[in-house]
Amino acid sequence: MNGAARAEGGARSFLVRVLRQDRPGAEAYWESHRVAHEPDMNVISVLQRIAEQARTVEGKRVAPVVWECNCLEEVCGACTMIINGRVRQACTALVDRLLADRPGEIELRPMTKFPVLRDLLVDRTRIFAALHKVKAWVPVDSYHHMGSGPRRSQDEQQMAYLYSKCMSCGCCLEACPQFLKIELARGRDESAETFRARCFAAYDRSFMGAHAIAQVELFNANPIGKMSASERLDALVSEGGIQNCGNAQNCVKVCPKEIPLTRAIALAGRHATVHALRNWFDR
Amino acid sequence: MAKKRVLVVGGGLAGLAACMKLAELDADVSLMSLTRVKRSHSACAQGGINSCNDLTRQLGDSEWRHLDDTLYGGDFLQNQPPVKELVYWAPQIIDLMDRLGVTFNRTPEGFRDQRRFGGTLFKRTAFAGATTGQQLLYALDEQVRRWQASGHVTKYESWDFLGLVQDSSGRCRGCVAQDLVTMEIRAIPADAVIIASGGCGGIFGRSTNSVACTGSAVSRVFQAGASYANGEFVQVHPTAIPGADKLRLISESARGEGGRVWVPREPQDPRPPGDIPEKERLYFLEDRYPKYGNLVPRDIATREIFNVCVKEGLSVDRGRMCVYLDVSHLPREMLDAKLAGILEIYEKFQGVDPRAAAMRIFPAVHYSMGGLWCDFERTAEGGLNICSPRTQQTNLPGVFAIGECDYQYHGANRLGANSLVACIFSGLSVAGGVVSYVHSLPNGLAAEQSAALFAAERRRHEARFREILARADSGPNPYRVQAELGELMTRVATVVRHNGELEQAYGRVGELEEEARRAAPSDRGDWANQNVVFVRALQDMFPLAKTILKGALARDECRGAHYKPEFEMPGVDAADPAERRRQAEEWCDLFEQNNARWLKTTVATLDQDGEPRLAYEQVDTSLIAPRPRLYGVVGGDAIEQSFAERQARQAAGRKP
Repeated sequence: MNGAARAEGGARSFLVRVLRQDRPGAEAYWESHRVAHEPDMNVISVLQRIAEQARTVEGKRVAPVVWECNCLEEVCGACTMIINGRVRQACTALVDRLLADRPGEIELRPMTKFPVLRDLLVDRTRIFAALHKVKAWVPVDSYHHMGSGPRRSQDEQQMAYLYSKCMSCGCCLEACPQFLKIELARGRDESAETFRARCFAAYDRSFMGAHAIAQVELFNANPIGKMSASERLDALVSEGGIQNCGNAQNCVKVCPKEIPLTRAIALAGRHATVHALRNWFDR
Repeated sequence: MAKKRVLVVGGGLAGLAACMKLAELDADVSLMSLTRVKRSHSACAQGGINSCNDLTRQLGDSEWRHLDDTLYGGDFLQNQPPVKELVYWAPQIIDLMDRLGVTFNRTPEGFRDQRRFGGTLFKRTAFAGATTGQQLLYALDEQVRRWQASGHVTKYESWDFLGLVQDSSGRCRGCVAQDLVTMEIRAIPADAVIIASGGCGGIFGRSTNSVACTGSAVSRVFQAGASYANGEFVQVHPTAIPGADKLRLISESARGEGGRVWVPREPQDPRPPGDIPEKERLYFLEDRYPKYGNLVPRDIATREIFNVCVKEGLSVDRGRMCVYLDVSHLPREMLDAKLAGILEIYEKFQGVDPRAAAMRIFPAVHYSMGGLWCDFERTAEGGLNICSPRTQQTNLPGVFAIGECDYQYHGANRLGANSLVACIFSGLSVAGGVVSYVHSLPNGLAAEQSAALFAAERRRHEARFREILARADSGPNPYRVQAELGELMTRVATVVRHNGELEQAYGRVGELEEEARRAAPSDRGDWANQNVVFVRALQDMFPLAKTILKGALARDECRGAHYKPEFEMPGVDAADPAERRRQAEEWCDLFEQNNARWLKTTVATLDQDGEPRLAYEQVDTSLIAPRPRLYGVVGGDAIEQSFAERQARQAAGRKP
């Protein structure tokens, strides 16, 4: 007996509405699947059952819904999507709780601030482009043995750890009113490399978002990272930088890792102002 | 002349460490990964990273003791020189990661804090909350991004490695890979290929592994002629949360920080765990292993939990096997500072706060000690010559293996918190040898090879892709084939193994392989087709699954994670001292005979029909003589004494 038949015959099942899109630029459309209820289900296992069934509620054979996932325990950030209207990871979206809030039905949509590649799979290159822009790394001299790192207080460690848990999932960007979607189409004769460079240039000019601002705070507080703080602050005040933040404070509400993003933005704003003044006086 | 190009397949700790070190050595590096490298499976490692450190050193620890614990915990199945090099590098690796900004927990004075892990009596484990793997991964990801920004590293993220390109002499000249969005198949020239693709938990269906850990890259190299070593050694982690899609790990650090494993003495006691009085609880690990307590090595903890549920019928729940892992007696503040990451996972997935009530856990497939066979060059001091091109090189010229997918470091059982250090070590240490290798390449660089060589390989993989797309609709459902493979492998080839079952399973796996060969994709498109990628990965699980089964079937002994009750050696139970002595001597005779037969690396190769063939290779035990692993063995003290005397006699006999 296949999954769809089992689902229809089963005592408990629920409907899953998915907003699908076949490829970039194509029309999006809704599709419904019926899934049998099992104990301990999350949205990942729902999508796994849909892939196995590959049949809509009307019985039409369809390709499995495409989505991204890896760790399934909310440390990799891959499976971010909009579930019942809220941006979050599919792995920690437990079916019983979703059904308690909205009986009988679960709604899945791709994130709206990133170009859809297919179905729930989106292109989040822009998140990583922002990490390039703010130089989110510790610029050590070499990987030779140079002794231990600097001593750090427990408080410093605890604060850094809050920021360093950022898994680049993009929830903060999805929720941000100032972070707008950029979707470029690859030209007919354009090479993948040229297209990529054109995308990066466009990303560079537009708002970097809360996650990148928090990373500036993380690396500028690091005893070694601090030595190149001004480079990161330059990026922070450049086009697409912190001045775009409208202080809506949505980011902090949706962050699955509870990173104090608004605190980071406030601190970074202060540091950026001091930096700008210093630059002005040093002219 | 063109720069020498090195391709790294896999962007977890090992792959990223190799990338950054190679970039520092001015190689042109390409990094290929199924996922964004920041989303690699290393992120799931929780507990920490081991090394002898300033504190343990003053309590009598040394690199040599770390070596000894690692070998003893691994039942002496490792070649010792690579492990020796690893443990001597370990303190420097942690220093390096510290400089790279890893947020290691601190003591009040600002030093790195350490905790205790399984299989040792020292607090050797540095940690960053309970997401140490994630923190280490991010630090390396950041360094590689820095090299990417300066043009040294090119990333192929969201690409599937399909196979090697080898010239007529068998030398590796690059690979063929597929873009998982556009589905373009491309041949990429490279002068050396480093496989760092991690474990193969997918073969067991649900495990603690991430979705990307199918073992496909390793299998494709295996199918190209590489040898696969010790495949039958699969670590089953004692403590995971059962789930419908995944078995989520609860790190050993929960026990390292004082967590206790227990079951109610009354089978399926319906009271909530907190209401069960102390004297009605069975702390079976503490009772049976007074020295190590809850921190016995993983294979032992796993078997005990399994036995308590299966043999003794003391599972906490009736319908589902599980035991309690309890941290609810520990101070909340400490739990939040040191274990928040894992406690949140439990809370998020089970809806119960483990700070308030004991967690329900059960063992799950976790780590592959086995992997691609690779070489090493021993120095006179018994360490590694890390500039040697033999370091981490497989038997295929120009193909290297590092991280979980190599077999070098963990023997028959891996100690907790040794994997992160081994991944970073193998990544860093492979770089020098790879550079020596590419500088001594005969017949020019990969980029100078004939275009026909690359085109032919590309066409072969395009044909395979099209063959899957064109399969009849009536073929088997690939997801169900994987589910059955996973259930079967978990049932017969994990905690307890029996020859009859293994033999039967081997036959069934062959049939499933046939089904996978006909499995019908439900997506026939040429854009972001995950379905066909899954079918291909599924097919490639079978060579490894068969190697695991065959290796386990052949190995008639108990060693580390490989346990066959039929071949278990009885303990020493006589009370009379003379009889006790006789039994212990007999035990030691058996032990020596067994080692003569089985202290060998299993080396599998695939024959022309795709069937694994097994051979056995001597293990280099030149540094520390193998001795009985006596955790919890009845009469272990008597055996230990007999064995020590025997060793002393042998040592005296060797003297002129």
